[in-house]
Amino acid sequence: MDLIRIKNVEKKYKNGVTAIYDLNLAIEKGAFVFVIGGSGSGKSTLIKMLYREEKPTKGQIIVGGLDVAKLRNSKVYRLRRKLGIVFQNYRLLEKQTVYENVAFALEVIGAPRDEIRQKVLKALEDVGLKNKIHNYPDQLSGGEQQRVAIARAIVNDPKLLLCDEPTGNLDPDMSMEIVKVLEEINNNRGTTIIMATHDRDIVDKMKKQVITLKDGRLVNFKKKGTYKNEVA
Amino acid sequence: MKLLRMLVRSIRDALKSVKRNFSLSLASISCITITLIIVSVAIMASFNVQNFTKEIEKDLTIVVFLDREVTDQEIDEIKEELDDIENIDSYEFQSRVEVKEEIQSQSDVFNAVLENWDDEESPLKDTFQIKVKDVEQIKHTADKIKAIKHVSVVRYGEGMVDKLVSAFDSIEKVTYIVVIALILVTVFLIINTIKLTIDNRKVSIGIMRVVGASNLAVKAPFVIEGMILGLLGSIIPIIFTTYGYLAFYNHFDGYLFSELIKLIKPEPFIYTTSGMIVIIGVLVGMIGSASAVRKYLKI
Repeated sequence: MDLIRIKNVEKKYKNGVTAIYDLNLAIEKGAFVFVIGGSGSGKSTLIKMLYREEKPTKGQIIVGGLDVAKLRNSKVYRLRRKLGIVFQNYRLLEKQTVYENVAFALEVIGAPRDEIRQKVLKALEDVGLKNKIHNYPDQLSGGEQQRVAIARAIVNDPKLLLCDEPTGNLDPDMSMEIVKVLEEINNNRGTTIIMATHDRDIVDKMKKQVITLKDGRLVNFKKKGTYKNEVA
Repeated sequence: MKLLRMLVRSIRDALKSVKRNFSLSLASISCITITLIIVSVAIMASFNVQNFTKEIEKDLTIVVFLDREVTDQEIDEIKEELDDIENIDSYEFQSRVEVKEEIQSQSDVFNAVLENWDDEESPLKDTFQIKVKDVEQIKHTADKIKAIKHVSVVRYGEGMVDKLVSAFDSIEKVTYIVVIALILVTVFLIINTIKLTIDNRKVSIGIMRVVGASNLAVKAPFVIEGMILGLLGSIIPIIFTTYGYLAFYNHFDGYLFSELIKLIKPEPFIYTTSGMIVIIGVLVGMIGSASAVRKYLKI
């Protein structure tokens, strides 16, 4: 069954630049998909449209049964509660501990304290950081900080995890470590994962589904893709 | 339960923010304090002016003097005509004998003079004392009465009353304008304060939005912060209102300049004014912060 369906989507920014042209895609539940392409290919725009940070100019985007393009601003939170989002720059609260950073995601949606504790510990265990719950972000390595961000993204058991260049700031070893964590989440929790990246090694080694974008157009969608020759 | 948890969280966040941005909060609070003191003076002045106007209007009477040779039957006819004039609330007939007795009772000198006049010689006339419903139309009503047959003179203290009422009216209008202008200035100040605290918390707001906090949950801490600033800003104005008005009232013994201008009794007036001050303070804080949040968070 498809978790995401994208039909004839176009995105034109106010400055006149068109980031996505006539995109058609369907992504199955439980898939692990890389979105690759050079700078300005539309990777980030696609991810942003999926969590409704940007609205498509034309076309339809359905995520988990919700028509994202038609969602009113005041109702966007309903979509966001079904997703987890991970960014390149982690976006952690510096003055809060690892535990508090992850718990924050549940506190702000009004979850009860017991449930918060149980889910936060489980999420931190899944990313291998259960022994660092009392540390502050500046006491962690880049890879560990990104794992905290991943824990925060999965703590509410989302169906879909969107990752916008999560390894962009990390060295190759740490990058691989992060992708392994994501793969485990995909396998153990059944979370669908969409990851925008331009990390050649990762895409080649993981042998997952690959969406290739070039200048805002879909060039290729392969079941077991590699980076080679896909991006000019 | 969920709402309560979020409310507690919002209040906690708001208090933290007031404390963390203390100098900024203090600037806003001082500004609200000064505004509310002036607003409080304006409110008290405006209510007192309304009260003066009402008191004066209550006492306002049209006196109608009839021709000397008017008969009882003609007086009845005049009464019928008065009944037909809509703006007349009530009237009271006073025969010249009654007028004479009333004047005599007021002073010994008048008593001595009037004593010598018998009823035929007396220059006094039969009168009607008339209360009107709408003071603004008093001139029109007086003109109508004047047109009735056998009415000789109509008096209602034209010049003085008109001037007093219109002066009070102007004072009231000016106070309204001052109050509204001050409230607007304060709202802008609050918007700026909250905008700065929003800047300090951009990261956490960004995360809140990404993890699916509702707009209400994002907004609530800021709105509550504005309300707290408003509440804190109204403390000194309330003390000022309560003790200031009491001292003012006692100093003037309840009357301003003359017995005509009676001040409103302090109780419960000071309490209702204080209540209004708190409500205005909290509302100004709330509106200021809500519009800052809407403007800078685009939600």
